[in-house]
Amino acid sequence: MKRWTLATSAFCAIICSTASLAQSDSEKAIDEYRAMIADGNPADLWEAKGEDLWKKKAGPKNASLEKCDLGLGPGVLKGAYVQLPRYFADAGKVMDVEMRLSYCMRTLQGKEVKDSAYNKDDHKDIIALATYVVTLSKGMPVNVPQEHAEEKRMYDLGKQAFFYRAGPYDFACATCHNADGKRIRLQGLPNLTKNGPAGRAFTSWPAYRVSNSQLWPMQQRLNDCLRLQRFPHPKFGSEATVALSVFMGVTGKGVPSLAPTIKR
Amino acid sequence: MADPMRIRAQAAGDKATVRVLMSHEMESGQRKDSAGKLVPAWFIQEVSASLNGKVVMTAEWGPAVSKNPFMQFVVKGAKAGDKIAVSWKDNKGDSRTDEATVS
Repeated sequence: MKRWTLATSAFCAIICSTASLAQSDSEKAIDEYRAMIADGNPADLWEAKGEDLWKKKAGPKNASLEKCDLGLGPGVLKGAYVQLPRYFADAGKVMDVEMRLSYCMRTLQGKEVKDSAYNKDDHKDIIALATYVVTLSKGMPVNVPQEHAEEKRMYDLGKQAFFYRAGPYDFACATCHNADGKRIRLQGLPNLTKNGPAGRAFTSWPAYRVSNSQLWPMQQRLNDCLRLQRFPHPKFGSEATVALSVFMGVTGKGVPSLAPTIKR
Repeated sequence: MADPMRIRAQAAGDKATVRVLMSHEMESGQRKDSAGKLVPAWFIQEVSASLNGKVVMTAEWGPAVSKNPFMQFVVKGAKAGDKIAVSWKDNKGDSRTDEATVS
């Protein structure tokens, strides 16, 4: 009996070491694949469309979005994205880049903005505009503000949401994302309670997904996380998604922005 | 009217590498929509590239090429300042031409 156990553990040692070797090999292969597709990211097409939408006059007020204040003053785009979500006094709440663009379309252009469904109606334009805005902050360090009481409240709410276990699977974001070295199938899962991985995850969206040829902004990505947890689908601009963004952004402070990226 | 292409052309030595990103649905004609009806084929059929107005490459494409296709090729004899024009035509007769300067 004892010999059998010994043999089993020796066997396991071999299997387990090959398994971890295989994992690093496939992760290397994924990295190689990413490098191959990184040149010629179709997100460029959304960026070009977004730039056009930003400068073009539209809506009942026949105005462009060039006076839109993304937090650093009207029309200031460089570095605006890495300091979002933030509190906007004119709107009276914390907004991320997608919500703020929707707000500007409503206030500056006078549009009746339909942004409730992913990639439908005005949401299409919001995706393109968000891609344009984030591109102008590429490489700049994440610096999500925590000065206003509302911003702090959103951070706390995001932290709570991150660790909140619920749903039929009794899942929380933290179930998969609060330890190093975890993976789902072949994908490594980032530990979002740590600065580096949180910052990289926070600034990876909008991203072009090769598998379905879609461009996903941050809110859509978070909604998908919540879907995987079997949580109810949040509305556009829901406090839950913005709070999770704030939590990730504050945790990832100082990490240079990557977006827009390309995903498998 | 189709969305613009993104063209980048970079000279190195006596050659230039051209990278083109096109915005196109590239429907294969094999997929069905949510109602179960076949989505009609819609894809780029002809691609051509010219250097200072002279055609340097032509290609015939089919439904197997991905959505938002990326194309890269090398042109001999292209120098900085030269004009590269790329155009495509799809099976619905829509077409698009964009131009870039070699840098």
